[in-house]
Amino acid sequence: MNAPAARKRSELAILELRALYEQYGYREFRMSRFEEYDFYAEYRSFLQAENILTFHDPSGKLLALKPDITLSIVRSVKEGASLPQRLCYSETVYRAAGDARSFREIPQVGLEYIGEIGLYAMCEVLSLALDSLAALSPDFIMDVSHVGLAGGLLAETGLTASEQAKLSACIRAKNAHELAALCAANGVHAALAEKLAQLSGLYGPSHAMLPAVRALDVNEVTHAAIEELSALCSALSHAGCGSVNLDFSLLSDLSYYNGVIFQGFLPKLPACVLSGGRYDSLLQRMHKPGGAIGFAVNVGLLDALGTPPEAYDADVLLLYGTDPEAPEALRRARELAGAGKRVSVHKAEGGAVRARETLRIGAEKSR
Amino acid sequence: MQDWISVALPKGRLGEKAYDLFERIGFGCPAIREDSRKLIFENAEARVRYFWAKPSDVAIYVERGAADVGIAGKDILLEYAPEVYELSDLRMGKCRMMVAGCPGALREAGRALRVATKFPHIASAYFAAQSRDIDIIQLNGSIEIAPLLGLSDVIVDIVETGTTLRENGLVPLEEVVPISARFVANKVSYKFKNARVREMQERLGALTALK
Repeated sequence: MNAPAARKRSELAILELRALYEQYGYREFRMSRFEEYDFYAEYRSFLQAENILTFHDPSGKLLALKPDITLSIVRSVKEGASLPQRLCYSETVYRAAGDARSFREIPQVGLEYIGEIGLYAMCEVLSLALDSLAALSPDFIMDVSHVGLAGGLLAETGLTASEQAKLSACIRAKNAHELAALCAANGVHAALAEKLAQLSGLYGPSHAMLPAVRALDVNEVTHAAIEELSALCSALSHAGCGSVNLDFSLLSDLSYYNGVIFQGFLPKLPACVLSGGRYDSLLQRMHKPGGAIGFAVNVGLLDALGTPPEAYDADVLLLYGTDPEAPEALRRARELAGAGKRVSVHKAEGGAVRARETLRIGAEKSR
Repeated sequence: MQDWISVALPKGRLGEKAYDLFERIGFGCPAIREDSRKLIFENAEARVRYFWAKPSDVAIYVERGAADVGIAGKDILLEYAPEVYELSDLRMGKCRMMVAGCPGALREAGRALRVATKFPHIASAYFAAQSRDIDIIQLNGSIEIAPLLGLSDVIVDIVETGTTLRENGLVPLEEVVPISARFVANKVSYKFKNARVREMQERLGALTALK
């Protein structure tokens, strides 16, 4: 078969990523039905989407166009199912656009590892995230963070949740100057304020950053987070998975993630193309055993990069002149298709079809 | 070879002062000083590119990655909450976001306080924190005229010297937040062009710390 070169980047990515996940034993999950709105409302704190598109089914039940896949995947894991479950998907989710005045269809490909989450599970999912990025672009960056670091440091401040949220916003914006001012205004100890500022500014390859991260250890929570990150990074490097950057300004504003979190970026795309993390708390909320870690790739973003340069709509542009030539055109088209070529048959000139080769019924000539 | 860095500057006095800083830290672009109709100015040697944007648009250019870094007022960052890194406070373009109006205009009148402003988000958040019921009237300029014509009870606007307020018989009533210019960076540019963005951040920081 010739490469289906005329496909959009997003379509190619979907095929490639699914093949990658299947290599590691991830089974496909298909969302064949609509969930009830109440389901999403109940787990609203686990949803990244604030607005949900709803509609009534013929019986009057309020249903929703899926804003998220992970919730449905976790719910689909039956009690007593053998764990771990490795599931992957390629689905369209519906979320409010950036201006929140309209909705967008977002094609997503992702995977979830559900079960006991140990070092291997984390490494496998992170390495697949790295492989996913490598499949999309030769040049990419993956940032890794751990909620335990900012969480542990913020807990030490003893401030209320809303005051901590203000500090979190500064960390997320790498805004060290306002972070320092807020800490001073709220009576946070200077040494702790300094650690928070360092945390927000820290950025770089994991091996170079880990010593600085170790200096931010203040309690059991930060200690466990640092140990986990360090084990994770050395395992990834041992397996030759490529390098990750540490960035603790990557914070989860949801109650969703409870361990390692990560995001992937490609040049020329101003938003993250891959995001994921560990979310055991969702399983606890659903009264299911074990934990989970996974990620989603927003493949729709890739089309902003334009179609691949060597794009052809067809391998062969087959032209015929008059209707009496039509039977022969069909015979040749079937012959070419049977030989694995992509054929586009047109009367006369064929317009804007980009083909590797042009054939003309009657006087066959190629260009 | 070093990456190019695109810098969005706010049109006007603040942008010109900000450009002076960039020049002093070694990212000059002499073409920008020449009076021309060009929109984009490049210095191939320093691999830096500047363009002027409406002050309220700088954050959008940076958020969307059309500029890697930029200079934006804190007022714009608070109002639009763009997804950018706010890397340093340049401690210039200082002013205050104020509630202003006729003396006594903030007294409870048993109805929603009518607030005219260019900054509906900042104004709503400020009064919501006081649990005060307000009616936002969004205007795009000449805010001071609103209370004079009875369109609003108060205004929420930027006050530099207070001269315009005084000349119109208005007084500053409460300070909402102090404002100054900030050095902001696109989150993805920060990652892919980390060394260059940080170099700028550190040099700007060293320069503004002297003030």
